[in-house]
Amino acid sequence: MMRAARHAAPATLPIGSDADLAWVRQQVRQTAAELGFGLVQQTKLVTAASELARNTLVHGGGGQVRIIPLDSGPSRGLRLSFVDTGPGIRDLEQAMTDGYTSGGGLGLGMSGSKRLVHEFEVDTRPGEGTTVTVTAWATAVPPSRPGS
Amino acid sequence: MTGAAGTGPAGGHGFTVPVLQLGDVLLVTLQGELHDGMAEQLQQDVTDRISHTRVTGVVIDISGVEIVDSFLGRVLAEIAAGADLLAARTVLAGMRPAVAITLVELGLTLPGLRTALDVERAMELLGAASRQGEGSP
Repeated sequence: MMRAARHAAPATLPIGSDADLAWVRQQVRQTAAELGFGLVQQTKLVTAASELARNTLVHGGGGQVRIIPLDSGPSRGLRLSFVDTGPGIRDLEQAMTDGYTSGGGLGLGMSGSKRLVHEFEVDTRPGEGTTVTVTAWATAVPPSRPGS
Repeated sequence: MTGAAGTGPAGGHGFTVPVLQLGDVLLVTLQGELHDGMAEQLQQDVTDRISHTRVTGVVIDISGVEIVDSFLGRVLAEIAAGADLLAARTVLAGMRPAVAITLVELGLTLPGLRTALDVERAMELLGAASRQGEGSP
């Protein structure tokens, strides 16, 4: 269909308001659909993106998300990097615990998002900011090496 | 049927969440992208409407909602909890299967929130409950 005409391209979107959160959700869904993600996979990834983008907004004081389609190899995936220059996460282990919250939410944002994606990485520095990078693959299993 | 659509000042961004009164039940239809601010406004509107109209049930139709994250999940649970305190029962209707799968994995199973597969069944659930409460007709 449109696949040949329009390759999903990397994009960077601002996260500064709840309207931005809605836009991030829409763009992530559209890109995931273009990459061939199934409906459940799309829903999981968009939900994780919504949680993490809200963290960027609420805890990081705003920032941006980089949407990176991974379609060079045999597997298609989508990588999302949420970047803020906020205060950083003081106790990462605690932040990754189900039910722990510092922002009045349910405390499922970090721990829950991790369960919704295949790869999850946090880089946080006190006083400098936080980058959370997640990757989901369009296939059910992570990509295997060619020939294996 | 009193068909007052819209939630008044809720639609600050030009969007409104339709809240319809059908007899003893408020029908709230969520659709598409719901901004965080709208969700919080909705909570206040629904609670106000319950106390003014004295309905005994609330049906929240989420069949048009593509994702429920922990924020919206919390708002839904709080609407139900507030309704309970005002003597109205809440039923969440029409959750998409992909949303259900995602919520379980997210760890948000919304215990205590009654659900139904669609609005019709949600209405039946509330109707049956209120009849039982009054004794046999």
